[in-house]
Amino acid sequence: MSARNRELMALIPASLLLTAGFAAIFIQQSERLSDVSLTYGAIFLLLCLAGHFLIRFTLPYADPYVFPLVSVLACFGLVVVYRIDETLAREQAQWFVVGLALFAATILLLRDFRVLERYRYTIALVGLLLLLLPRVPGIGQQVNGAYLGVKLGPIAFQPAEFGKIAIIIFLAAYLRDTRQVLVQGRKLGPITVPQLKHLGPLLVVWGAAMFMLVFIRDLGSSLMYFGGFLALLYVATNRLSFVAIGMGLFALGAWFFASTVSHVKDRIEIRNNPFNPDWVEKEGYQIAQSLFAQADGGLFGTGFGASLLRGPSGETLIPAPHTDLIYAVIVNEVGLVGACGLLLVYLLLIERGFKIAMISGDSFSKLLASGLTAVVALQVFVIVGGVTKVIPLTGVTLPFVSYGGSSILANFVLVALLLLVSDRARRPQGATARRGLR
Amino acid sequence: MNGSIGRLFVLVLLLFGVLVFASSWWTVFGSEGLRDNTYNRRELLAEQLIKRGLIRADDGKVLARSPAQPQKRFGRRYPEGPLFAHAVGCTSIDRGRSGLEEYYNDPLTGRATNAIDAVSRLLGPSKVGDDLRTTLSEKAQQVATDALDSRQQRGAVVAMELKTGAVKVLAAKPSFDPNADDCGASLNLATQGLFPPGSTMKAVTASAAIDSGKYQPDSRVSGENGKEISGAPLNNFGNESFGDIDLTFALTNSVNTVWAEVGEKLGKRTMADYMERFGFYEDPPMDYPDAQMVPSGVNKGRRRLVRPTSDRVDIGRVAIGQGDLEVTPLQMASVAQTIGNGGVRMEPRLVQKVVDPDGRTVDEPLPEEAERVMSGDSAAKVADMMKNVVKEGTGTAAALEGVDVAGKTGTAEVNLQGLNDPWFIGFTDRYAVAVVFERVQGGTGGTIAAPVAKAVLERLGE
Repeated sequence: MSARNRELMALIPASLLLTAGFAAIFIQQSERLSDVSLTYGAIFLLLCLAGHFLIRFTLPYADPYVFPLVSVLACFGLVVVYRIDETLAREQAQWFVVGLALFAATILLLRDFRVLERYRYTIALVGLLLLLLPRVPGIGQQVNGAYLGVKLGPIAFQPAEFGKIAIIIFLAAYLRDTRQVLVQGRKLGPITVPQLKHLGPLLVVWGAAMFMLVFIRDLGSSLMYFGGFLALLYVATNRLSFVAIGMGLFALGAWFFASTVSHVKDRIEIRNNPFNPDWVEKEGYQIAQSLFAQADGGLFGTGFGASLLRGPSGETLIPAPHTDLIYAVIVNEVGLVGACGLLLVYLLLIERGFKIAMISGDSFSKLLASGLTAVVALQVFVIVGGVTKVIPLTGVTLPFVSYGGSSILANFVLVALLLLVSDRARRPQGATARRGLR
Repeated sequence: MNGSIGRLFVLVLLLFGVLVFASSWWTVFGSEGLRDNTYNRRELLAEQLIKRGLIRADDGKVLARSPAQPQKRFGRRYPEGPLFAHAVGCTSIDRGRSGLEEYYNDPLTGRATNAIDAVSRLLGPSKVGDDLRTTLSEKAQQVATDALDSRQQRGAVVAMELKTGAVKVLAAKPSFDPNADDCGASLNLATQGLFPPGSTMKAVTASAAIDSGKYQPDSRVSGENGKEISGAPLNNFGNESFGDIDLTFALTNSVNTVWAEVGEKLGKRTMADYMERFGFYEDPPMDYPDAQMVPSGVNKGRRRLVRPTSDRVDIGRVAIGQGDLEVTPLQMASVAQTIGNGGVRMEPRLVQKVVDPDGRTVDEPLPEEAERVMSGDSAAKVADMMKNVVKEGTGTAAALEGVDVAGKTGTAEVNLQGLNDPWFIGFTDRYAVAVVFERVQGGTGGTIAAPVAKAVLERLGE
């Protein structure tokens, strides 16, 4: 079976999953089976088919598993969001349509993604501006102490979601150029120390991460960016010493700010002891409720739509259940087994991402694919780790699953880039890129 | 570069391993502590989504129901207000639960209590709880409550069916309004109130005397006033002095010096043995929360009760209900029930059956024998002695027309200024009752408590 047909077949289980999920929620909510679940399933299948045919005609050699895996995540997220709030699910579905359009636009406009290399500094600048937008007075928004949102009139979005892609593109382009010189540093015993002039830009990235920690006040996103940077640095140079130096610097900075900046300090304090009576009903409420919900779920969960979501006055027990803490709702309803299944889907997607990087022929493609993949992996780790009290809880979305327009749009662009790299890497020798639709 | 990409993937695998470990910790291995966490209100909130079962009186009258509220939630209403508040208890998000609401929380919330139910409910969690049919008689409870309300003092009335131990009346003053937000704010004097039993204890001493074989109803003992008991002179009521009198006469006229001597002669071991058989020194085996019941016994002001065999116990005075002996009304009702039931003490029962939403009886807490306290023969003798108390002794105010009533009065002196706790325990051929008031000036069991017992027994007998 050809790669494209495998992709087509793999979309069917995703649609069935969505249909079954909606059916379960309808049964739970109104104790009757509604054919609306079939309608939702059909619409979703149509959207998937649209994506599939787009890929079939424009990127015929692209990895056949990436899109179905993303579909599974998206449909799972849609079911959970629907269970939390019907209106949000409708908006989420609309975002999927827009996201798919952006996906198509990215593929069609960037047929040769290597042009991105040429605009690396412009892209870096755009990325940094995006990260700083939330601190611009008038449009920036502070949520839970962190500056992550921007509100321009009626449109609210989280620029950091797009910023991460810009930064990865820049780093991939920059490291492709400098990886050779970075490796040829001075030898100090077993450690290679790169020359200062090459190290400079990297120190700038480190500084940017620290800056974000203080300026954006978000440990999670700075961990994500800096982790993505270190991953790329390691892939580019194959020098663990660089990673060690980088981690040491980050730890040093994080420790310094953790002990001086009260916002970061509080987050760590709450993570270490969420049930302290001083804050369990206030700042620690999120993580405490998240853990209670997970304990309630147990091994198999309560079932879709059957968990206790709202208190007596209609407020949700878990704050922000559709965005940051969606993983807690998932564990509550489908249990440890379902949550492990979800993590497995992410792992499969990440595996495909690294696979694309490995079979790519040129350094830029390799670095771009592994960087984009690493940043997805880190984002999952940061938010799931926060919800499960592995690290301090910060406001990051669960890719493709959480509600949120910016998150969906940015991640569709990310997937489009991955597929572009993949198509180029898997294209048989001699075959030329087909232009436009056949 | 491929090598480092592969190692990067291994690192991602490790990180995800940490996530799986953390998730399984919170969901499975460490979930117990989270569920019991004080700040975790999920269980209580979840119970609001369940339509709790009804609680009914013995005639089917609804004592507690769950009206629907917005957000698919249910409230809890108690149509009888304070009347059954202590027995039924209440349930509230902030204050927790009490009474039957607590003891029968599992069936009331539809949680499977036996294997067959558990299987049938695998199909889906039940959202409707089972109903309780209690043993409580609304009419008799009303009579008892009215009688308690007619005095300004606090008090309690407990009535039981002789054969089954079914509790017909469980009334205590003060009561509370379970519909208001003061759920569980006040003590249930019927099960938690400790009073000196006074002369009602002589029913226990008489049972021990007859059943041990050391005395007969016609055994004669000196009833002289001011006899020395445990090294201190003991007086009869009104300092009346008697000569050698038989035990029936001594019970009929509640002669302290006779029963104190009998208690001393029986000895601490025998007295301890019979007190324990009657259920002293243990939480009553009633279907009611342990936290809302206390055991009866000698209380020397410590948290633990003192056994009658202890050196510190004056067994002669314990035998007449003094000597720091403190009992609950429920315990004394149990004493009357045992004697009236031919010497067999039954476990007090508040619920006769649990009915599921389809009307099937899923559980029937059958009458359960707690212990045979004495032989049927001994019990009959003690019962005859107690009938004499109502016929011609201190308890004539409890006499009912056409029905034999057996009883024993008690007038426990709280201080020398004439403040007494008046008691009456007694039984007909079907029901036993115990009545007590707290600190009535110049009141005696015969004048204050016996008429209440009579009214309750009369109502139950109708």
